[in-house]
Amino acid sequence: MISYSITHLEELEAEAIYVLREVFAQFDNAALLFSGGKDSIVVSHLARKAFWPARIPFPLLHIDTGHNFPETLTFRDSYIKKIGAELIVGSVQESIDQGRVVEEKGYNASRNVLQTVTLLDTIEKYKFDCAIGGARRDEEKARAKERFFSHRDEFGQWDPKNQRPELWNIFNGRKHHGEHFRVFPISNWTEMDIWQYIYHEKIEIPSLYFSHQRKSFERDGVIMAATEFMQLKDGEEIKVRTLRFRTIGDATCTGAIISKANTIEEIIQEVAAARTTERGTRADDKRSEAAMEDRKKEGYF
Amino acid sequence: MNKELDNKAYLGMELLRFTTAGSVDDGKSTLIGRLLYDTKSIFIDQYEAIVATSKRKGDDYVNLALLTDGLRAEREQGITIDVAYRYFATPKRKFIIADTPGHIQYTRNMVTGASTANLALILVDARKGLLEQTQRHTFIAALLGISHIVFCINKMDLVDYSQEVYDEIRVEIEGFASKLDVKDIQFIPVSALIGDNVVHKLKNMNWYQGATLMYLLETIHIGSDHNHIDCRFPVQTVIRPQNNAYHDYRGYAGRIAGGIFKPGDEVLVLPSGFSSKIKSINNFERELQEAYAPMSVTIQLEDELDISRGDMIVREHNQPHMGQDIEMMICWMNQKKIVQNGKYIVRHITNEVKCVVKEINYKVNINTLHRIEEDKDIGMNDIARIRIRTTKPLLFDRYTRNRITGSLVLIDEGTNETVGAGMIL
Ligand SMILES: Nc1nc2c(ncn2[C@@H]2O[C@H](COP(=O)(O)OP(=O)(O)OP(=O)(O)O)[C@@H](O)[C@H]2O)c(=O)[nH]1
Ligand SMILES: [Mg+2]
Repeated sequence: MISYSITHLEELEAEAIYVLREVFAQFDNAALLFSGGKDSIVVSHLARKAFWPARIPFPLLHIDTGHNFPETLTFRDSYIKKIGAELIVGSVQESIDQGRVVEEKGYNASRNVLQTVTLLDTIEKYKFDCAIGGARRDEEKARAKERFFSHRDEFGQWDPKNQRPELWNIFNGRKHHGEHFRVFPISNWTEMDIWQYIYHEKIEIPSLYFSHQRKSFERDGVIMAATEFMQLKDGEEIKVRTLRFRTIGDATCTGAIISKANTIEEIIQEVAAARTTERGTRADDKRSEAAMEDRKKEGYF
Repeated sequence: MNKELDNKAYLGMELLRFTTAGSVDDGKSTLIGRLLYDTKSIFIDQYEAIVATSKRKGDDYVNLALLTDGLRAEREQGITIDVAYRYFATPKRKFIIADTPGHIQYTRNMVTGASTANLALILVDARKGLLEQTQRHTFIAALLGISHIVFCINKMDLVDYSQEVYDEIRVEIEGFASKLDVKDIQFIPVSALIGDNVVHKLKNMNWYQGATLMYLLETIHIGSDHNHIDCRFPVQTVIRPQNNAYHDYRGYAGRIAGGIFKPGDEVLVLPSGFSSKIKSINNFERELQEAYAPMSVTIQLEDELDISRGDMIVREHNQPHMGQDIEMMICWMNQKKIVQNGKYIVRHITNEVKCVVKEINYKVNINTLHRIEEDKDIGMNDIARIRIRTTKPLLFDRYTRNRITGSLVLIDEGTNETVGAGMIL
């Protein structure tokens, strides 16, 4: 007997493509948030598939903290060129220069929180009514609560205690003027699904994900890259380590892991054996128990 | 994580989506936490975080419910407010869990979590037995067409692991559930707190000969929830590339809602009624020889027809209903009561139209499952049978025949909130 079934990865792909097409049909002016990290790369790959042979019908929006790993920007630019997409950059440095936000001070200063203002300002400037994100529910406990179509009020805020019911695969993207939506096509993917998908689809990713030698130091048990954006405390010592990144964000809040994994297959082996979550190396989540929820309420990714 | 998965095995795994349900405090979140913990699906940093939170709150033990109760308000109040989705895999299956709230005020979130599940775990507190909210959730699960329900009689540690208590509750539930249309109902006595009969069998209930919950979840036969008989392809959007290589390309993008489509098939486009032949079916650059639910594909037809979002591609001899008068069971999810003759927006597959609630036939009494015909007062958390009239004809099937073409939601025109979940009769 022939069995009409598809694998779970194919099912996740079909779901994400369906969601992306709903965005195109329900919104007038959507943007795809693109950080250059693996999740947003996968989302843009899915968008290519969803609208092929036409181009991705959304501009890619990068909220740039100015604290990038150069590898991320190199990758971003060549990737954008390759897929023929339009890139819009929202700059945190500009928000600082315009006095919209104030730079944090001290050793753990990061522009992570400031991004929210830049993001919301950019959404307003371009009149985006929807921003597509690569957040996954398995990443973090507040994210685990979020809908595929997540409503934002006119201040860009999320109200986790009063989300709209979301039944079956029927997505209600109706909104009032000035409100917008965040849509998460890969909500149901796990870190392992992402890597398996990258492997099977042969998707290109930045070199930062693979093992390399880098000057780094240790802070609060996390290995941080030594960059011009980080100030060392007394006793912190720069060493060259063989490492790679499990997630890529701003250079000031993304920790690395010691690793020799040099191929996607080796990364998959490593992910399968991992004993900590990928965000376990993210300083931005460690600030408090509800750090993510609080940022999300304000309008963070 | 605990698994050594090679790539092939990972791809071959089946996917099971399940939801928790039951009354407030019956132990749903604790059970999910236990399931994750005992299958070693929890990461060290996640575990350390809940150990610290439990300590700070002065709990005697690590509160595993904190693994899913991720919102600040949930942690403060010790209840679940909205669905949490969790993921884990064993070498046999991959699981998507929706841990839903038991509190009546948040029934809408339970419906959200249950609407995409193939199996429901309904928790019952052994000290309390079947409560009204347990009955409501069981009824909703049945209405949503979840064909496997596992009743977990929980907190057995608080009733001395008594077989008598378990048997009594089981008989009571069987009486209630016999009035429902559910294919497969099973019972397991558990202690989520201690972890008995969840992943491991401890020695407390030697009288119970059945399987652990984990064994059941890994082995229960889940047939496809998809309809592979009636061909239904709702057009989501039309793809018309603005480039020279594909100048005359016109592809219909959508997710197959039923049946099997092949290139060469004679098809009919509704509502226009034009016929044509399938030229090609694509997933990206890959041409497919056949496509079925739940695949997302792009279909090209031999003829150039005027087709847009909301239209449906079907087979001539197997057409959906087309009409403006639609009968349904509705689960109401808003503070504002349903208004007889009130106007709402309907979202059904890829269509959005307006409607009027023409008739409220009856409300369901959740305890007896009787119809209360004289009660037309349908408020939050009520389940009723209604008839709507839409401004434009919709193309639909019965919900029991096809969950995708048979479901719709009602939206409030003023607030844009989703207020009702409808299952077409
Ligand atoms: N003794 C005992 N207590 C349990 C057991 N399972 C859960 N509890 C306790 O029951 C209380 C409620 O547990 P939760 O898991 O939060 O209940 P819930 O069903 O998720 O509640 P809501 O999501 O708010 O509906 C907590 O204090 C648990 O520790 C059990 O098997 N035995
Ligand atoms: Mg709970």
